[in-house]
Parts: sequence; structure tokens; C-alpha cells
Amino acid sequence: MANKRLITFLIPIISVILGLIAGAIIMLVSGYNPIVGYTALWNGAFGDSYTIGETVRRTTPYILTGLSIAFAFRSGLFNIGAEGQVIVGWLAAIWVGLAVDAPMIIHLPLAILASVAAGALWSFVPGILKAKLGVHEVIVTIMMNYIALFSANEIIRSVLTDGATTTEPISATASLASPWLQSITFYSRMHYGILIALFAAVIMWFIIERTTLGYELKAVGYNKHASKYAGMNVSKNIVLTMVISGGFAGLAGAMEGLGTYGTISVMSGNINIGFDGIAVALLGANNPFAVVFAAFLFGALKEGAGEMPTGAGVPTELVDIIIALIIFFVASSYIIRWALLRFKKGEK
Amino acid sequence: MEYVIEMLNIRKEFPGIIANDNITIQLKKGEIHALLGENGAGKSTLMNVLFGLYQPEKGEIRVNGKKENITSPNKANDLGIGMVHQHFMLVESFTVTQNIVLGKEPRKKTGTIDIDKARKEIQELSDRYGLRVDPDAKISDISVGMQQRVEILKTLYRGAEVLIFDEPTAVLTPQEIKELIEILKSLTREGKSIILITHKLKEIMEVCDTCTIIRKGKGIGTVKVAETNPIELASLMVGREVNFKTEKKVAEPKENVLEIENLYVKDSRKVDLVKGLDLNIRAGEIVGIAGVDGNGQSELIESITGLRKARSGVIKLNNKDITNLSPRKITESGVGHIPEDRHRFGLVLDYSIGENIVLQTYYKKPYSKVKILNYKEIFNKAEQLIKEYDVRTPSVYTKARALSGGNQQKAIIGREVDRSPDLLIAAQPTRGLDVGAIEFIHKKLIEERDKGKAVLLVSFELDEILNVSDRIAVMFDGKVVAIVNPEETNEQELGMLMAGSKVNGMGEANGK
Repeated sequence: MANKRLITFLIPIISVILGLIAGAIIMLVSGYNPIVGYTALWNGAFGDSYTIGETVRRTTPYILTGLSIAFAFRSGLFNIGAEGQVIVGWLAAIWVGLAVDAPMIIHLPLAILASVAAGALWSFVPGILKAKLGVHEVIVTIMMNYIALFSANEIIRSVLTDGATTTEPISATASLASPWLQSITFYSRMHYGILIALFAAVIMWFIIERTTLGYELKAVGYNKHASKYAGMNVSKNIVLTMVISGGFAGLAGAMEGLGTYGTISVMSGNINIGFDGIAVALLGANNPFAVVFAAFLFGALKEGAGEMPTGAGVPTELVDIIIALIIFFVASSYIIRWALLRFKKGEK
Repeated sequence: MEYVIEMLNIRKEFPGIIANDNITIQLKKGEIHALLGENGAGKSTLMNVLFGLYQPEKGEIRVNGKKENITSPNKANDLGIGMVHQHFMLVESFTVTQNIVLGKEPRKKTGTIDIDKARKEIQELSDRYGLRVDPDAKISDISVGMQQRVEILKTLYRGAEVLIFDEPTAVLTPQEIKELIEILKSLTREGKSIILITHKLKEIMEVCDTCTIIRKGKGIGTVKVAETNPIELASLMVGREVNFKTEKKVAEPKENVLEIENLYVKDSRKVDLVKGLDLNIRAGEIVGIAGVDGNGQSELIESITGLRKARSGVIKLNNKDITNLSPRKITESGVGHIPEDRHRFGLVLDYSIGENIVLQTYYKKPYSKVKILNYKEIFNKAEQLIKEYDVRTPSVYTKARALSGGNQQKAIIGREVDRSPDLLIAAQPTRGLDVGAIEFIHKKLIEERDKGKAVLLVSFELDEILNVSDRIAVMFDGKVVAIVNPEETNEQELGMLMAGSKVNGMGEANGK
């Protein structure tokens, strides 16, 4: 039992190491020095207090989209629509941030709640379609991503602004920005959102592991027939799972809107926070606390990547390749599991 | 003496347990040799050793007198050993022919598959052994019995001389079992030798020549079937005396608990499978439903328990209309349900035994309060029930998946009976279980009856229906066509009623 747990723990770590090794080989083949490359990556992510702050800032929405997708996975649903839910969450948070005039104690929670509600509403649609009509959630959520992207762009251009591509900054009463966190990280854009994200991980753990709702959601995910037999309302649970999952993703949008940027701009295409959340959930094996670590790894890789072209002349595309390789090794965890067991047998 | 297969003093260990300890089995050419043992006794392990899936730690295997080291199923195939698994290994969307040749396709000169040649060969094999298989039928369209015959053909096509059958009758209806027995006999007439893994004594007495018994991984001995009887075999298998005739007092039925009037239920293809059924069950009696598979039994149970909507008709429990209520409302109004398919419906296999024990009650006190689970109470309850119902599991934290079928079933029965429902529905409660577990389950059903509960038993095993029921309702074509007294009937009569023929002067026809 303890061994099994150890293996589950080791697999993502070994996957990451293998991904980094493979990345080093690719750098070597392409004529770059991997040691210089990885040093630049490290410095870009953890080199000084500013980069650490930025790494944490980048990690924050990844935690939430990772939780969103992990939560749906636990109930056997694939919420590929976190991307769109982030966008509507972001938009709703900014809208409330701009339109409402209230003291911070009301304004900030209201803006955050608006993002959660928007994400939840956006995932309610695929949820209800799946529950009532059996339409596959992957198809609906992908389409909802496009609807979110283009509607948001249109709303930014014609409702929130007068044909501009970026909104005005939100009022300070709706902002998550923290002068104190900024000052200790040499004026990075790190904000209080990280605390919200960590708290969300605890919430997800509590729902999944300690409540009757979590018991039902997991049961539906494992075995729909037995859940129905046990009198659980499978349709209700599908809708509820999607709504909660969308709420997490919408909250990720608030992190960007209320925390990092304070504005929303017209987007030319996917912002990828939602799609990267799939990889984060996978790397974190759908466990809320492991998702936090996986998100941190992603945040660090993405942040550090910025330093690689200037520090080592390595193109940022290579970092995307390394991340892809890590996912590849996690996805083929069966091979690693097999190798570990083989290795242990040999020891005996 | 000439043996085709000899497994001598085989020992196979797994971490923590010895699955096979010094077992010897010798198979003569042309005989049907039974391998008898309880669930978990080590029968399948032994056969997997023979089939090359496991390597034994000790002992040797001889094929036609020559010592062989069987390292893989392919090697076993080459040596003429074929296995018909309990769970079929067929590609649903392929035809019979495609499935049989898979991995051993005959080729044309151009390198493409010569499907015509394969079809002809399969037709010949099928005719020769009386298997009556249509080579062009799709697997998803044919019955379970025919799928099994496809598995048999698969081994024959690969040139098997020795066929291992792993509990072949577990998935078959009584009619299909009869056909299988004929096939086994015709195979031996053609010189094939057969090992039959089973725990059904009746089958052994009917077709086998010799029987090797293993108990808890140890070889107990080999007997000639002609020189033994079921009672001796059972006690050799279990290691103690076994009661065949279930002991029970005369039933004292009281008021009606379940009343069903003119019920119509559609199946998943939107065809009426229950067609105007009437049935009542009283407190303190066990009503057994006898019928050939597919005559509406499953749909009947699903509509009583709320898993399937009734199209019309009334189902009343204790005089309250429960027709088409949600499964939870029906459960709460006093129905316990031991489902037909324990893996699909009865358990969440990836949940621990403890979590499964509260599958019907997790939302109630003391297992949860204000929607928050209390795992201490849950696992305490589980500890109590696994003791009471003799569920053998390493702990209450063990996943349900890891338990044997008998222990999974005992856990389900514990869960359902512990709620003390007024109506207990048991669908195929002993399917695939060994005599020890069957005895235990029958005892529990009768105990419930004696407590004044109503019990509805659905089973394809006529023995079970005759033994346990106080009244038998025969179902044919969606209706109860006769109610008979188990003391006054026999398998032949039941068989005829189940086939839809009227028997004069017997029972009172209840259908419309």
C-alpha cells in the first residue's frame, strides 16, 4: 500500500525529469548548450525576488483551471471548456470592477463572485445538455470556448469601450493587487489571488473527500449504474459537477482580470490558461494538492521560458516542447510504473 | 496408462499466499476431467500455469509424456492446448469468422486475408462438432451461448487437442447448458480431451469421467465420477458436510406486501417486455420467479425498484402506490435490492468496502451530518457487517474490486438486509458462487422470510427456485403464466411452463 502510494508520487517527478532530459537532448542536437539553457530557465523563474513573484503570479490561474478540470475528471467528465469559462469569468470580473461603485469590502467579493457565476453559467450549458440530452460535453465545451472568445471581444469593443481594444483599468476597490506583495517582490505583479487559489484547493479537497456531494460525484464518475441504483440523481450530479468545475475556471479569469492586469483586452485567439489546466490536472493526477504543485511547475516553466532567448539564445518554442514532453511522459506513466515495478523486482 | 496432459506436484506462490501447493492432475485422452474447488481454491491459477500465463515454482508439466516448459499462451497453443475463458475475448463489431481467424489469418498470394477460405474452414469445423455457428454473424448480434461456441471454435481452429473450459456454464441459460453438454460429448467423441473448471456438482455428475478436487490451494485427490456422488464431492470440496436441501420451516404468509397489477414495461429497444403482469407477494413468504432469460424478469425488477419506468399498471408496496417513483423513494419506502449484475449495479468497485456498505445510506445520520461524511461511523458500520456476514476482506479499506465474487455478494446482502426492508428482491443472488456461499445466502433469504419480510427471488437455477421458494411464479413472454407450489412440481414441469406450453390441471394461471 505504502509502496503503491510512493509510486504514484514518483511517477510525475520521474516524468518531469525525463522531460527535462529529453529537452536537453533536443537542445544539444539543435546546437545549444543545455546547461546554459536550463540555468537561464532557472534564473528566469527563481533568479531573484521579482521573477519568483512573477512565477507565483503565473501559477495562480493555473491552480484554478487545474482544479476545475480535475474536479470534472473525478466525476468522469472532461471539461475542455475551462478556456471559455476563464474568458467569461475574466470579462464578468472586469465588468463589475468597472460598473459598480462600492467600498472594497463589497466591491471585490462582488467582482470575484461575478467571475465564479459567469464560469458556472458557461459550464451549466454543456452540463444540462449532457444530463438531459446526452450530448457529449467535449463537443459542447469546445464550441462554448469560441462563443466565449468572440462574444467577449465584441463586448469589449462595443459595450465596455468605444471601439478600443483594451478597457479602462478597474477601480482600486475591486483590485486584488497587493502593494505589499509587490514591494517584497521588487514590483512584480504578484497579487492576493494566490491565497484564493490555495484556499480553492482546500475547498475542492473538502468537497471531494468529506461531503456527501463528493461521495456522489465520485460514485457517478466510477459507476453510473451503481449510482442510479443507489438512488443518486445522476443528471443533477452531472450538472452540478460542471457548474462547480466552471466556477473554478471562472475564478481563474478573476485572477487575471482583478489581479494581474486590471483590464481585459480583445483577444486574437486562445489564451491557453484553460487548455494548460488540462495538463496541470493530468500531472497532478486530479488530486487538489498535487494540482497546486503541478501548476507551480507550469508557472515556473512558462515564466522561466522568457529568460531562455535572452539568457541562452534558446527559442521559447523549445520550452513548449519540453512541457509537451513532460505531459507525454506523464501520459505514458504506465511505462514508468512498469519500469519501477521491474526495478523493484530486480532488487529483491 | 497414456496421459495427454500431466501436471505433477505443481506449486505456485504469489506474494503472501500459496495459490497452488503440490497439486497433481492427469488427463487421459478423450476424457472429460473436472477440476472442482470453491471460489479462490486455486483452480484458475492451476489452469493459467498450464496455459503458460504463470510459471510454477515447483513441479513439472508433461504433454503426451514429454516434459514441457510452457512459457506463454502461444507455446500452449502450439502444444495443442486451448482455453475457453469465462469472460469471452471477442471483438464485438467483428464477424464470427473475423474473430476466429484473428491473429492466425489465412493469406492469399497477394498478402490479403483469404476470408472465403477461413469461412469454409470454420463452417466445416462447426458442422463437424455440431456447433451451429453462423460464420457471418456479428458478435454483438448473437446470443451468449453462441459467443461461447465461437470461443470453442477459436481453439479448434488453432488445432487444440486439449480444451480447458473455465466455468463455462456460469453465463448460460439452462437450455444453453444442455446444448453445451452435448457439444462437450461430441468433442470427446472426436478424440479431444477436456478439462472442465467448475463448482457445479450436477454438471460433473452429468458429463465428467474423472474429477480432481482442490481445496484452499491443496490437491485433495482424484476420483472416478461413476464411483462417487454429489454429497461426497461437496464435502471433499468444502472440507465439511454440506446441506443440499435448504432447511426451512413451512411459510406463514400474512398480508400482501407487494401487489402488481397489469404492469407493462418497455425494454431499452422500446419494445414491451413485460406485458400485463400481475403478481403479489405476502409478508413471510419467498416467491421465486422461474423463466428463461429475456422473458421480462430484468425489466420487472427494474420497474419495481424504479430503475426503469413502467409504461402502465400499478405497483403497490404495503398498499402505497410506488409506481415510477425515484429509486431513492422506493428504497426508502422499504425495498432492498440485490441486483442481478453486482459489478454494474451493486457496487462501486473503486470504492472501499466501507464506502460501499453505505451506498444506500450515506446521506443519513449517523453516516453524515449536514452533508458532511463521518468516516468513523461508516467504517464502524462496515466492520460490524463484514463480521456479521462473514465477508472475507483484508480490511474495510480494501477496494471492492479486490474481493472475490462471493465476498462481494455477501457485502451487498449485508448492506441490503441490514436496512431491514419489507420487500427484499434478490436477482440471481448466487450466480457464479460456490456451494458454501450459496448455502449462506439461501440461509439469509430464509431468515428474512422468517422475520416476516417478503422476498422476491429471481433465478435461472431451477434447483435454487425449487429449494428456496414458497411459491413459484413462472414468467413467459412478459406475463406470469402460472403460480405453482414447489412441493408439487418438478424441473420438467417448470421447464415446460417456462417454454410457454400449458400444463393441464396444474396451478392456477395468473396471466391475462
